[in-house]
Amino acid sequence: MNTLWGDALSGFWSAWIIVITLGTIGFAFWLLWANRKTDKRPDADGTVETTGHTADGIAEYDNPLPRWWFQLYVATVIFSLGYLVLYPGLGNFAGVLGWSQEGQWEKEVAQAEQRFTPIFEKYQEIPVPELIKDAEAMQIAERIFLNNCAICHGSNAKGGYGFPNLTDTDWLYGGEPEHIVATIENGRNGLMPSWQQLGADNIENLTQHVLSLSGQAEDAERADKGGAVFGSVCAACHSPDGTGNQALGAPNLTDETWLYQAPGQSLADSIRQTLRNGRNGHMPAQAAYIGEERVHLVAAYVYSLSQPAQ
Amino acid sequence: MRHEIIEKNVGLMAVLVLVVISFGGLAEIVPLFFQKQTTEPVDGLKPLTALQLEGRDIYRREGCVGCHSQMIRPFRAETERYGHYSVAGESVYEHNFMWGSKRTGPDLARVGGRYSDDWHRAHLYNPRDVVPESIMPAYPWLFENTLDGEDTPAKMRTLQTLGVPYTDEQIASATSDVRGEREITALVAYLQQLGTVLPNSAKSP
Repeated sequence: MNTLWGDALSGFWSAWIIVITLGTIGFAFWLLWANRKTDKRPDADGTVETTGHTADGIAEYDNPLPRWWFQLYVATVIFSLGYLVLYPGLGNFAGVLGWSQEGQWEKEVAQAEQRFTPIFEKYQEIPVPELIKDAEAMQIAERIFLNNCAICHGSNAKGGYGFPNLTDTDWLYGGEPEHIVATIENGRNGLMPSWQQLGADNIENLTQHVLSLSGQAEDAERADKGGAVFGSVCAACHSPDGTGNQALGAPNLTDETWLYQAPGQSLADSIRQTLRNGRNGHMPAQAAYIGEERVHLVAAYVYSLSQPAQ
Repeated sequence: MRHEIIEKNVGLMAVLVLVVISFGGLAEIVPLFFQKQTTEPVDGLKPLTALQLEGRDIYRREGCVGCHSQMIRPFRAETERYGHYSVAGESVYEHNFMWGSKRTGPDLARVGGRYSDDWHRAHLYNPRDVVPESIMPAYPWLFENTLDGEDTPAKMRTLQTLGVPYTDEQIASATSDVRGEREITALVAYLQQLGTVLPNSAKSP
C-alpha cells in the first residue's frame, strides 16, 4: 500500500514552498519597515508632511502608524516564524515538535485504548449469562447497541419490517449467547430462494399450507394440496413440520412471528410475495467495525433483552 | 509615493491584487498536483461501475452532499464512529469531489457495507420507517424512475479524459449495464461501495 499520509515532496516543490512562504513573510515585513515613519512633528516652518493624496481639497497627513498596530504587525511576523519552526509548514521540514495529524490521532487512540481496554478486557472474561447482571456493563453495551445496531433493529430493539425483533424469544439463528456472538461477529445472509417456477397454482396452495401451520388457513382444500409440495420443496430448510431450522436461519412457520409482513399487508399476501420473490435478509458482519470485545458486550445486551427481568 | 498610479487604474490594481493573493495558492495548492499522496490511487481503487456512476449522479442531483460529508477527519471521535480517516488517494478518480462540508446527517465516507441493501431501500423510501427520529427527506421517486443509460458512455468518456482508467469495453457496455435499472438500485450500488477500499476498522489502519 502507498503511504497513506505524509509522502515527502520532491526537493523542488519543497524548496518552492519554503521560498514562497519565507519570501512572502520577508516581503511583508520589508513593506512595513520601508514605509516606517517615526517623526510626526511639524517642520520648522510649521507644515506637516502629507501623503500627497487630496480629495475635495482635503489632504491626508503622512503620520506614523499607530504604535499598537505596528507592534501587532511585528507580532504576527514573529508568530508565523515561530509557528513554522515548531510545526510542519515549510515543505518537507517537519518542525521541531515533530507534530503531525496522524501522530496526534495515534496518540488520541493510544490514550483511549489505555483507558478503555482494561474495562473491555474485564468484561470479556465474564460469560454472557453473568455479564447481563452487571448494570454498568449493560449501560456500556446499550450505548454500543444504540450506535451500531439500533439503526436497523430500532432503539427499542423491536425491529421492524424485514429487521428481526430482538426482544422476543423467537430466534432465526438461535438465541444462546454463542449464537448471538456468531451472528454479530460474522453477520448472516438469509437465503430464501424464489419459487416462481412452481407456478401460480402451487404458490397459492403453498401459501394456504403455510397459513395452516399456524392455524390461519383460508382454504383448507388448497392447504391440503400444498402439503405435498411443502414436503418436497420447503421441508428441507423449514423442516417437515414447519418449525424451521436455526442452523440455516430458516424461520419457524408455525408461530405468530412474521418478519416480512409489511405494515398494512395481509399475511397471505406477504407469504405469496416471499414465495414468488424469495427473501435475502442480510445482517452485515460487525467484528471489523467494533472489535471482538464490544461484540461480546453487545451480545450480552441483546441476550439480556429476551431474558426474564432479573 | 506613487499610490496614484495604482489607485487610479482599476485594471492594474486588480492585476496586482491577483498577484498578491496568488502566493498563498502557489505555496499551498500547486504542489499538491505534483505529490504522490494526492495523485496516486490507494491500492485496489477501482473506477465506479456504470451503475455506481449513475448512482453517484443521483447522489449529486438529490443534493445528498448538502447534508452528508464524505470526509472522515483524523480524530478519534470520528474514526471510532465512521472508520479509518479518509485519505487523498481514495478520491483520485473523483471528479468532482463529494467531500461535502456539512453534517446534518452522518458522514458517508465509509457507509459501504455497513448496512444491508434492504435497509438502504427502506431508509431512502422513507427514513422514518427505520429511524423514527430521522429528519432526512424521503426519496420515493427513486423507486419509480428508471435509467435509460443514454448519457452514461459520454460521462465515462469524459472521466476517461480526466484520467479515470475506464476500459473501452466498460464504456461500450455502459448503456446496457444500466438501462432499465431503477434509480434506487444505482444509488444503493453507489452507497455500498463508498470507502470500501481501505480496511474499515479504526483499529487496523
